[in-house]
Amino acid sequence: MRMNGGEVTRDVEPRVLLVHYIRDVLGLTGTHWGCDTSNCGTCVVLMDGEPVKSCTVLAAMAAGHDIRTVEGLANGATLDPVQQGFMEEHGLQCGFCTPGMMLTARALLDRNPDPDDAEIRQAISGQICRCTGYATIVRSVKWAAKNPLGTDSGTGAAEPGDTPATEDVKA
Amino acid sequence: MTTVSEHAPNPAAGDPSRPIGFGRIQRKEDPRFVRGRGNYVDDIVLPGMLHGAILRAPVAHARLLSIDASEALAHPKVVAVITGKDLEALNLAWAPTLSADVQAVLVTDKVRFQGQEVAFVVAEDRYAARDALELINVDYEFLPPVIDARKALDDGAPVIRDDLPGRTDNHIFDWEAGDAAETDAIFASADVVVAQELVYPRVHPAPMETCGAVADYDTVDGRLTLYETTQAPHAHRTLYAMVAGIPEHKIRVVSPDIGGGFGNKVGIYPGYILAVVGSIVTGKPVKWVEDRSENLMSTSFARDYIMQGEIAATKEGRILALRTNVLADHGAFNATAQPTKNPAGFFHIFTGSYDLAAAHCKVTGVYTNKAPGGVAYACSFRVTEAVYLVERMVDILARKLEMDPAELRLKNFIKPEQFPYANKTGWVYDSGNYEPAMRLSMEMAGYDELRREQKEKRERGELMGIGISFFTETVGAGPRKHFDIVGLGMADGAELRIHPTGKAVVRISVQSQGQGHETTFAQIVAEELGIPPEDIDVVHGDTDQTPFGLGTYGSRSTPVSGGAVAMVSRKVRDKARFIAAAMLETRAEDLEWEKGRWFVKGDPSAGKTISEIALGAHGTLTLPDGVDGNLDAEVTYDPPNLTFPFGAYICVVDIDPGTGHVKVRRFIAVDDCGTRINPMIIEGQVHGGLTDGVGMALMEMISFDEDGNCLSGSFMDYLIPTAMEVPDWETGFTVTPSPHHPIGAKGIGESATVGSPPAVVNAIVDALAPYGVTHMDMPCTPARVWEAMQGRTRPPV
Repeated sequence: MRMNGGEVTRDVEPRVLLVHYIRDVLGLTGTHWGCDTSNCGTCVVLMDGEPVKSCTVLAAMAAGHDIRTVEGLANGATLDPVQQGFMEEHGLQCGFCTPGMMLTARALLDRNPDPDDAEIRQAISGQICRCTGYATIVRSVKWAAKNPLGTDSGTGAAEPGDTPATEDVKA
Repeated sequence: MTTVSEHAPNPAAGDPSRPIGFGRIQRKEDPRFVRGRGNYVDDIVLPGMLHGAILRAPVAHARLLSIDASEALAHPKVVAVITGKDLEALNLAWAPTLSADVQAVLVTDKVRFQGQEVAFVVAEDRYAARDALELINVDYEFLPPVIDARKALDDGAPVIRDDLPGRTDNHIFDWEAGDAAETDAIFASADVVVAQELVYPRVHPAPMETCGAVADYDTVDGRLTLYETTQAPHAHRTLYAMVAGIPEHKIRVVSPDIGGGFGNKVGIYPGYILAVVGSIVTGKPVKWVEDRSENLMSTSFARDYIMQGEIAATKEGRILALRTNVLADHGAFNATAQPTKNPAGFFHIFTGSYDLAAAHCKVTGVYTNKAPGGVAYACSFRVTEAVYLVERMVDILARKLEMDPAELRLKNFIKPEQFPYANKTGWVYDSGNYEPAMRLSMEMAGYDELRREQKEKRERGELMGIGISFFTETVGAGPRKHFDIVGLGMADGAELRIHPTGKAVVRISVQSQGQGHETTFAQIVAEELGIPPEDIDVVHGDTDQTPFGLGTYGSRSTPVSGGAVAMVSRKVRDKARFIAAAMLETRAEDLEWEKGRWFVKGDPSAGKTISEIALGAHGTLTLPDGVDGNLDAEVTYDPPNLTFPFGAYICVVDIDPGTGHVKVRRFIAVDDCGTRINPMIIEGQVHGGLTDGVGMALMEMISFDEDGNCLSGSFMDYLIPTAMEVPDWETGFTVTPSPHHPIGAKGIGESATVGSPPAVVNAIVDALAPYGVTHMDMPCTPARVWEAMQGRTRPPV
């Protein structure tokens, strides 16, 4: 299969799940595993550009396909705008669902560069986040939509000092 | 009202949009997470590492007759199978819980809940370990289980804990707070008394990362390195030393990146101990990571309180007293993670935000054949249950009095001038200013307009509800003299080192599970010393690298460790003053501080920055007597009191009268957590908690059938809100600093989880008023709402 742009070939047991292949065989631990039932979406990767839950795909079924994980999102030192958006808009807390959420967001923006809130929520509705309450994830994806080229300093070094997307109301 | 600036820029930095200190900055931890470079327990791979899996009991109550592991041991990839008998030989079959009970690590005598740990397989890979579980043959003699807590104390109920000498029933404790006689007297003469049973169902924190551990025991020097999903690495290390007899200095507990905790990762689970035993037995590192069903079925649940609430008031709506009897289902072992002296946690804050003449609560804890736990899921040690009780009862009273629920609350709030306020059950609220928060939430919601809309919709037969919750939390345990966990006082340490070039490292004893400690604590140092947050590293989650402290739960990181970090920064600042004086050849008392530098009073041009002082400290300068050559300090912070964050929440729901489906249309949350360190992180904490609240109110519940089979053992059955079930949150804030906290901060991690469920339920009950519904228990699933509309409300099972 192609993994983040490079060819990889391994012999695996027929029953090995793609998520375990990615994590345990290839050592790409950015893809997570969170449930046994295909409900949580922490294992989402892109298969030929479409989000799939890698716990429901056998590694062998991915043979010959193009797989993209969170490790393949950035272009070298330059982050994907989605990655920048998640940092700008606090779209992550514990970071466990984040790779899957970002990959789904990438696939959404690839087919719909200017999604509205409802479309973003629909796109991530198969994935669970326990920390953020989703609103900041929606904002993160919108940030990426508004900044399709990201920002100049998009290297992911902690750059303090930005403007909040929505202001709290203060008494 | 006291307010503080959201952005406190360094005057020297010249760029007010870059706060050096408190304000909105991006998180320092995010660059690794967005690249998939987090380091969670299951990401850890050690040379020669083996994999463990746990065989779990298929039934809730059964005597263990025999275990035959010979087939499993014959599996070519199986290295060891450990049973209760093996642990008995090591004196490790039972481990102490955090609530003065014991819990079986592996079953030796009988199974006490479905999913309990029966045997542990160690194999060469995770698939083989799972395969081998199928090869273990266990014989059980099935016993009748106790599932309904209401029947746990019946005569003739099966005795679950016959392992405890002399035990003849399922009673764990009775505990009470407040003055019963005084409360009863007020109830006897009150104009209006309303009673309601409230069931807070069993729910589960279900962090996205399940629990797990990698144990690496070095058989040569007897040193154990344990990577585990824990919110309290230091407390765990001490407990392992006490339980396993490994000297504490030979144990290193590492809590790497944690994929959410919410109280699920406070206690010590059998799986952690089994990974350690597995490593000792095999001489190799052993990884154990539970799956989702194991997480939901066996690890710490939350709530499971059946509360009989009563509220007394005058007919004009002056609330006089509140009382409650609670039946608390603790499961098969009393393993709640809470301060030793508080078997019902901080439930006795159930007087809430109101100035009452009397209050009394009695809590009875019982054993049932269910998983142990009880204090988890961002509950602030059962403040969730307390807030739900008082906020539902106030709403029920409002209905009875035909008063607006906002008006009733405003009429009964503790007044600003009453703080510090001693309530009737022993708490002293540090500070509060409730009315402005309530008014702000009503203004944001457009409360009067919503009520008008509701009236119009009711005339058309549409179901719209508006629910209010005004909560007061008690967090930040705590003063050591009052609060301990298994004898360990609830204080936290901090160590701060300023390197010669002025960059800093601060080591803290609390552990982030996503709260953003690496950012928040850097900002506290930045605020105190004027060092930019990006120049400050925060080290946490490694007992070899950090000072002792009790860890992150009960919203205690900012109230306790935040205090520690502010104090250690001030210690450095004080020391810097003497060094600066030596550098400037003046007296320390002639120097004045501005953020980032000491300068000579009256001559601002003569000064030294923290960076210059750090170099001075490590340089060749002759230092004053008693000042050693560094710019480092350490403290252990013992808070003088808890902190009392509060907030006003308003929820708007629409209900489909045909299906009972509840849509949360809007949710307005005004929080007051005192001084605000990073508004972005605070908002994130609130959003997450609100989602928890909507989840509990609408869909989350761990339920059992009458045989004790867990019916919520996967995410197909234990429902958690997705992006489709929650609205775009509307947040606001007021700022009432804590008077005793070094920076006035109160903590925010659990406010929304604690405060939001009653707002949602109040909104639902309000929407159902045309059907005569005055109460319904969570979870308000479509079927249960529809039943309520038919006049058939029932407690959840």
